[in-house]
Amino acid sequence: MKKVLMINQSWCKGCGICAAFCPKGALEIVDDKVQRKEGTECILCGQCELRCPDYAIYIDENEGDTDQWAKSY
Amino acid sequence: MTVDTGDVSVKTKNMSNLIYKYMRPEHLPQIWCPGCGNGIIMRDIAQAIENLGLSRNSTVIVSGIGCSARAAGYMDFNTIHTTHGRAIAFATGIKLANPSLEVIVVTGDGDISAIGGNHLIHAARRNIGLTVVVMNNNIYGMTGGQYSPTTPTGAFGTTAPYGNLDRSFDIAGLAYGAGASYAARGSAYHVQQTTTLIQEGIKHRGFSIIDVASICPTYYGRKNKKGSAVDMLKWQRDNSVTVDQAAKMSQEELKGKLVIGLLHQVNYPEFTYAYDQLIRRLFEEREENE
Ligand SMILES: Cc1ncc(C[n+]2csc(CCOP(=O)(O)OP(=O)(O)O)c2C)c(N)n1
Ligand code: SF4
Ligand code: SF4
Ligand code: SF4
Repeated sequence: MKKVLMINQSWCKGCGICAAFCPKGALEIVDDKVQRKEGTECILCGQCELRCPDYAIYIDENEGDTDQWAKSY
Repeated sequence: MTVDTGDVSVKTKNMSNLIYKYMRPEHLPQIWCPGCGNGIIMRDIAQAIENLGLSRNSTVIVSGIGCSARAAGYMDFNTIHTTHGRAIAFATGIKLANPSLEVIVVTGDGDISAIGGNHLIHAARRNIGLTVVVMNNNIYGMTGGQYSPTTPTGAFGTTAPYGNLDRSFDIAGLAYGAGASYAARGSAYHVQQTTTLIQEGIKHRGFSIIDVASICPTYYGRKNKKGSAVDMLKWQRDNSVTVDQAAKMSQEELKGKLVIGLLHQVNYPEFTYAYDQLIRRLFEEREENE
């Protein structure tokens, strides 16, 4: 089991809360949707998940495709 | 998302375990505006329930009317979305009919302290075992930004274009003044602390209220030039003091601060317990007389 950062863009409203409080500056909002910012590191701390009002970003413990930092739907 | 397999709906996952377990994903994303604090607080409630290991079947979520009240539609428990200001009245009936249920009221500042203010003070006085979580955004969100009893003096609303003249209610203080045996304050920013306060409020036997400072970027934020949702959360982060810190501060220093934490907790008999004791006593007396 490895932790992965998951992003569900279809639920994201682009409010920017996750990006603003990410301790690593690892997220950015592009066209009103959140995405991983290139060249930054995500430490899987879960701060983004705690404050996302729309449950669009979260840490999952998945067996599958774990090499990616972020998955999108 | 739900997949219709004929007679049962099966949830497929594209959300965290917590959301999958406790929300109705077919109704997500919520109708709430981008950056509305209510979604954060609703998650706190789910996390508190998860931490306590409550069963979904023995937990009831009751709401009144308002943006906040929409929570009852999203949370996957026994839920009831009632009429404006009356959530506590419905919740009282549910708790009395089956005291073993955990009954949680999710409400807004207008719902609980304006139209529902009388229900609040008397339920508090009665110490009935409900847990009330207030999504307090200092305004009537749903109806377009009219001022509420928690709008600060001088702040703007659609019905206060020159600034609100009234002083604002401290909802937690109002409730414990009226007899609530557990009163706490949290904020949308302080996720973990607020979750713990809700959790302890649910555990507490008696009337519990957790007044949670929410954010309404659409009305309160815009009318009062508070900036974006992010700016409003940063304000909460930078202007909150804990109950312990507040105890060492003067009234002057506390102006404009948000005091977070457990404000008050005492133990005295919970209403449904006292009611049950009364019935038992009367039955025993009748048997003795027969
Ligand atoms: C009896 C009655 N009066 C008035 C209304 C209109 N109304 C709907 S929501 C609301 C205020 C909601 O404010 P609050 O409880 O603070 O919730 P918010 O929308 O800010 O979450 C009012 C006055 C109503 N639905 N029913
Ligand atoms: S898990 Fe932590 S580091 Fe990673 S994106 Fe979220 S907030 Fe940033
Ligand atoms: S906090 Fe949630 S809704 Fe807001 S931008 Fe981030 S993922 Fe999207
Ligand atoms: S109007 Fe305010 S309280 Fe209502 S959903 Fe929008 S931001 Fe939230």
